[in-house]
Amino acid sequence: MALKIIASMCSGCSACEAECPNNAIREKGGTFIIDPAKCTECEGHFDAPQCIAVCPVDNCIKKV
Amino acid sequence: MSHTAFISIGDLRRGRPALGDAAPAGAGGCSSSGGAGKSSCGSSAGPEDMPAEIWDKVKNHPCYSEEAHHHFARMHVAVAPACNIQCHYCNRKYDCSNESRPGVVSQKLTPEQAVKKVLAVASAIPQMTVLGIAGPGDSLANPKKTFETMRLLQQHAPDIKLCLSTNGLALPDWVDEIVKYNVDHVTITINMVDPAVGEKIYPWIFHDHRRITGLEAARILHERQMLGLEMLTARGVLTKINSVLIPGVNDEHLIEVNRAVKARGAFLHNIMPLISEPEHGTFYGLTGQRGPTAQELKAVQDACAGGANLMRHCRQCRADAVGMLGEDRSDEFTLEKIEDLAVVYDLDKRRAYQQQVELQRQAQHQAKVDALAEAFDAGLADDGLKVLVAVASESQGLVNQHFGHATEFQIYEVGAGAATFVGHRRVDLYCQGGYGEDEQLPSIVQALADCHAVLVAKIGACPRDELKAAGIEPVDRYAHEFIEKAALAWFADYRERIASGAVVHQPRGDARIRQGAFTGTAAA
Repeated sequence: MALKIIASMCSGCSACEAECPNNAIREKGGTFIIDPAKCTECEGHFDAPQCIAVCPVDNCIKKV
Repeated sequence: MSHTAFISIGDLRRGRPALGDAAPAGAGGCSSSGGAGKSSCGSSAGPEDMPAEIWDKVKNHPCYSEEAHHHFARMHVAVAPACNIQCHYCNRKYDCSNESRPGVVSQKLTPEQAVKKVLAVASAIPQMTVLGIAGPGDSLANPKKTFETMRLLQQHAPDIKLCLSTNGLALPDWVDEIVKYNVDHVTITINMVDPAVGEKIYPWIFHDHRRITGLEAARILHERQMLGLEMLTARGVLTKINSVLIPGVNDEHLIEVNRAVKARGAFLHNIMPLISEPEHGTFYGLTGQRGPTAQELKAVQDACAGGANLMRHCRQCRADAVGMLGEDRSDEFTLEKIEDLAVVYDLDKRRAYQQQVELQRQAQHQAKVDALAEAFDAGLADDGLKVLVAVASESQGLVNQHFGHATEFQIYEVGAGAATFVGHRRVDLYCQGGYGEDEQLPSIVQALADCHAVLVAKIGACPRDELKAAGIEPVDRYAHEFIEKAALAWFADYRERIASGAVVHQPRGDARIRQGAFTGTAAA
């Protein structure tokens, strides 16, 4: 249970980084990556994954 | 996308009442026009209609005072990349270093890097008085980075005025912090006060841990914007409202926006044209939503005149712009270059320089007042005739630029006894251009197509003929005179020529607002 940022679509805006309740998102080479070991898809925190909700690019973050 | 409800300039001019009602308490304000009739920010002592403490806040702020922008510089630091709403006119993904529009930056900065950059710029450009955080996302969607930058700056450069720009969604949560960090000015982008209009501009917002779409999104955004504005007014923070004029979407609606923000104490209203070139990759750009023409923009601005002060000198600068308005020196201050700069932040030296600038400014203002008093022709009857003239000016409010060197023209509306600044027209090239100098002239003619004359210091034979052929009179006989004086003198002459039958007055058409980029650093 984890989400993945499609690097080629990521605009590097950093909106997701601040919203992640698990601190699972960090910058790498101008785009962002999700640590699958930390990602819970926001279960227990919020109704929907926060990174997907705030990401300005549609379909940039997907389930793996 | 169909847009049938385009604004009718004639309707606006005929039918709309002056919006003089609901004047906010404590938001007197200076005219951004600098024209006759209303006190402008040009007075060194401060205009009569403004409390001294407010004058003190705006007199050296290039965005708040049209007059100040000729003397003082600003910079933006790009510490706020994230955003909590999506706007159809915004795309922050692409950057061309020659591009000048909000949301575009070459390099994102950490607060520490930002402070280093501010100190480097402030040492190199002593007239830099204002630091803004304007994205590339929303400053308050990045509160940690924004306020850490503010905190560090207060420590290291206490003389610099702080301002920030926001969409307002998170604003009510941060008003106390804004006051705590002594932020002098806040700009809120407000494009609607009716959620049904907002729905066409904002596809979604991220609020309260949810992505919200449609009417509800626009309603929440609207309520938060109004609440935030009221809270800032109550705490005495000066606010500027930015509105993007989107033909067919919010053009006539902006008159209501003007009324609503004025009633809530907004100090200044900046109505700016939509930028929607397809190559910018925005939703509007890709769906063919056009920007307004020069006359459509002016019609809405004029319809809003009479109360909240309108800003007419905005250059829609980058979120990492550096220097005077209308120029961009951000290329000189990349992080790599700052590494090599010896930064000596000498507060006394900066103050001394600024005092010198202030003295020059006062002398210049006095000279202008004297010149205008001379030019004012009390005997000239007001027959209602008003025309636009373009002016090539590089400094000091004088007609002192060669036609061929101008990257923008200042536009003045001239009538009997009044020459009023109404805006500027950029005539630079697109960065994707391929235009040569020969192809530039038709684009200049397009940008000035609603003007009757162009006042310049000098002009070559070839462009002179082309302007004449397009019905625009090239005028170089007022070289190095004050703009208003020159414009009034030309107008008096023009009226004499009409009266004598030498010329037949013809109304002009509309003009195109040039979108896109600066091709280099423009003259201040």
